[in-house]
Amino acid sequence: MELSNLLTAVIFLPLAGALVMLFAPSDRSVRWFALFVTFAAFLLSLPLWFGFDAAAAAELQFQSVDFSLISESLDVRYLIGVDGFSLLLVLLTTFLGPIIVLCSWTYITENTKGYHVLLLILQTGMTGVFCAFDVLLFYIFFELTLIPMYFLIGIWGGERRIYAAIKFVIYTMVGSLLMLVAIIYLGYAAGNAINDGVFTTNYFKLLSFHVPLGMQTWLFVLFAFAFAIKVPIFPFHTWLPDAHVQAPTGGSVVLAGVLLKMGTYGLIRFCLPFFPSASAEHTQLIGILAVIGIVYGALVSRAQSDAKKLVAYSSVSHLGFVVLGIFALTLQSIQGAMIQMINHGISTGALFLIVGMLYERRHTRLMADYGGIAKSVPVLTFFMVLTALASAGLPGLNGFVGEFLILVGAFGSGIPGMQVLTILATTGVILAAIYLLWMLSRMFFGPLTSDANRNMPDLNGRELVIMVPMALLMILLGLMPQPFLKVSEPAAERLLEVIEEKRTIAEIDDPDSQRMFDLQRKMMQSTAPATPSGSEP
Amino acid sequence: MELSSAFDTILVDLAGGASILWLSLIGIIVIVWDIFRNDAPAVPWIAGASVVVALGYELYKVGDPSSTVFFSLIQTGGVASFVNIVILTSSFFSIVLSVPYLKGIQRSYGEIYALILFATSGMVMLGTANNMVTVFVGLETMSIALYILTGIVRSDEGALESALKYFLLGAFSTGFFLYGIALIYGATGTMYFTEMAIGYSASELRPLFWVGVALFLVGFMFKVGAVPFHMWTPDVYQGAPTPLAGFMATASKTAAFAALILVLYHGIGTVQLGGADWQLALSLVALVTVVVGNLLALTQDNVKRMLAYSSIAHAGYVLIALAAGTSAAYAGAVYYLLIYALMNIGAFGAISLLEWDGKEGRLQTLNSLAGIGFKKPLIGVTMGVFMFSLTGFPPLGGFFGKLAVFAPAIDAGLTWLAIVGVLASVFSGYYYLRVLYVFWMKPATEADPSVQSSSFPVSRSSSFVLVICAILLLVIGLVPGVRDLTLSFFTQGVYTALP
Repeated sequence: MELSNLLTAVIFLPLAGALVMLFAPSDRSVRWFALFVTFAAFLLSLPLWFGFDAAAAAELQFQSVDFSLISESLDVRYLIGVDGFSLLLVLLTTFLGPIIVLCSWTYITENTKGYHVLLLILQTGMTGVFCAFDVLLFYIFFELTLIPMYFLIGIWGGERRIYAAIKFVIYTMVGSLLMLVAIIYLGYAAGNAINDGVFTTNYFKLLSFHVPLGMQTWLFVLFAFAFAIKVPIFPFHTWLPDAHVQAPTGGSVVLAGVLLKMGTYGLIRFCLPFFPSASAEHTQLIGILAVIGIVYGALVSRAQSDAKKLVAYSSVSHLGFVVLGIFALTLQSIQGAMIQMINHGISTGALFLIVGMLYERRHTRLMADYGGIAKSVPVLTFFMVLTALASAGLPGLNGFVGEFLILVGAFGSGIPGMQVLTILATTGVILAAIYLLWMLSRMFFGPLTSDANRNMPDLNGRELVIMVPMALLMILLGLMPQPFLKVSEPAAERLLEVIEEKRTIAEIDDPDSQRMFDLQRKMMQSTAPATPSGSEP
Repeated sequence: MELSSAFDTILVDLAGGASILWLSLIGIIVIVWDIFRNDAPAVPWIAGASVVVALGYELYKVGDPSSTVFFSLIQTGGVASFVNIVILTSSFFSIVLSVPYLKGIQRSYGEIYALILFATSGMVMLGTANNMVTVFVGLETMSIALYILTGIVRSDEGALESALKYFLLGAFSTGFFLYGIALIYGATGTMYFTEMAIGYSASELRPLFWVGVALFLVGFMFKVGAVPFHMWTPDVYQGAPTPLAGFMATASKTAAFAALILVLYHGIGTVQLGGADWQLALSLVALVTVVVGNLLALTQDNVKRMLAYSSIAHAGYVLIALAAGTSAAYAGAVYYLLIYALMNIGAFGAISLLEWDGKEGRLQTLNSLAGIGFKKPLIGVTMGVFMFSLTGFPPLGGFFGKLAVFAPAIDAGLTWLAIVGVLASVFSGYYYLRVLYVFWMKPATEADPSVQSSSFPVSRSSSFVLVICAILLLVIGLVPGVRDLTLSFFTQGVYTALP
């Protein structure tokens, strides 16, 4: 395929840039160079969008040259590409890259070089996560993002940054290390069953492997646990407010915009198709947790006095919708979850950006310190209102599309109890409107309360460059979601087919897992070049 | 045997055992030189160069198939060469790190280099043994040199206390070890690993064999610092001069583990057991070691002591692989030893460079190093690599090392052990990251005033060691070569027959 190494370039350009940047002479050159590199990565990723064959979105495209990793005796390869699920997330990552550099332009004044080097390493990790089609490679990128994030929070963060940084890393580590055990176990099981006894983490081979029912439950739990911490799903969310609030603005935007999506992406990419029966068994449980997250996140947001904390808890609520959509297992709801991931990245990212801009002006995030600033900063207020409405799900803006699809899809899913959950989740939309509008009214409207607020400068050119593309995307996604939905539709359809097919097979077969396992192995041995039908692209 | 053919055999034998002989010879030259001209600047160079020569020789031989020399007393080529490479690398790095360290504490002990060479020679013998007697001779040569090295700073009471403690406990464990060998010999009638199975099947004293194996393993567990035989480790590492603590933590553990792997792979593992289950025993030791090592490391305020406890935990990870007992697991363990040596020699090296004012690392609390990362970015960044690697974060070597020991364990049905292992290593995340927190995030105002005032030099050769270790850790894991090399050692089968 043409442009076969384009994706590798998109992933590793920031890392190469980070190495070159070590030799940059001044802070000024560091900033411009980082902007150049992230913008170049964004431009490089554009051909992915234009060259992507939306009709065949269920299949791997832009696949790179692949080669062995770790050991020739293991089937672990550098296998990367994009399909309908990953394309939008890759683009979101590269799109946010320059924006994050720009928003740190004046915010980061100490150790500028280190900050940008870490930011670029982080971007390589995040892009890689969405492109890896080898589970172990995915894991490597997944963990790679922790190292820069630890330093970004720990060095450039707020007052309680150390606590937040260590908590963030330890939480994620618990989940991901257990997932590693599950990956290895799955790799050997699949290797023995369908890969001539060779350990494999190839995504497509694992996809074609029917995990025995007895094994599915606990493998599912280990995978889902890691992703649940990352998303985060209630009750594993406690690291999130700390990390978000303590991180510098750029770090918060990365966290909200991309890092949390790694969890929901993992659920869609691995949990559902690898362990369909176990996923189906646990839909209600996870649905309940998601709805608790939606309502609880919204209620806690309402109770905050710190604007950044409010936005942080709203993430818990919004991602609850995504998780609900994923586990409702209908085409609409999964499509909604995909688009909601993008929406959340843009609108919550924008909220963090604006809160960061206010903080740079007034050095406080307490809502009580603001009031009536619409009069002094009308342009900033315009963008804030737009973003808040988008986040609250106003029709015509992006948030509405995702939430609507999720709720409609979940309501019609036919899973017992899901209708009740959907109705409860809908209250989350109302609560979102309440806490966001309440924030707007307290901070932006009403009488101007203090002189410091009266003399606040409005958005400058650099901040406009940040906010205008974000605002345009919110409107574009709200008015014309079709091109974006079309990208993930075939992938979502294929996912549901795989789940359905695997569950049917599992029901027909003797549920005694060991017997099924042996049977499969025998079948595979008799029909050499073994790849069971249906799941291979 | 014809005289002419005997001559050929001797030549082959000498080539096979060249590293041992060469290092001992240079060691003697160095010590004589040091007598006549104390503090000769050439001494460390000669010692270092001789280790590099031996290293080059072993690198040249690592592709050869395994064979045995000197009446099958020691192994050469293959896994033996690989183990030697690990030992010699950490020995070389320790010599390089010792030079600025000794300058820092203003001592001139030329004999340090001779002792490092003798210890290395003993380690090479231990790590390539094929016979119980070789194991014992190697072990003692290594240990005696290490006892002296621990207490080499004679005016330092703390170091002397460590040395004495190490010596007494070491001698005690040697007793167990010797009893074990004697009982195994009594039961099987052989000292060779490969003949154990035959001897055992013909034996009428089978329980004796298992008692012997148990005692023998106790001796090894002491040397590698596995719980409950770990008590000496923190005190000795904390008291010993820092570069030499790094040397002990890496090279001597590598040698002891290598010997254990060879005994298990060629000897005990091949014996058809009736009832006695050494693998279960090893799994339990591994379990306790991993958990206790990580928990105790959590509470340490001194970096050296923390590294000592964490090295206990790392021994536990290797034991997990040994408990699995498959070819892939042994290969994983050998691979882990290499990675572990690189990480730990780097970490100890970085700490030794921070003892610039002659203040012993033993007395240095973690907090006194606040903000050092920004003052000395090279040490700070490389320490970052070592700490993240020790925690086991990809894409650093430590992750691939852990993968290499956990994966075969899971494959061999020890998933429970792997789960405990990874959960315990979550604790390690806390204490390793705490070092980085102090280095990079803690405000420098909270540091020792002397850190603030003095701008100390970092020797170029030591920086070189840190950078080399860090770069190797960054690239070693993803590239298939090394892992496949270790795997090849244990899949090509047992080496050529005995004479």
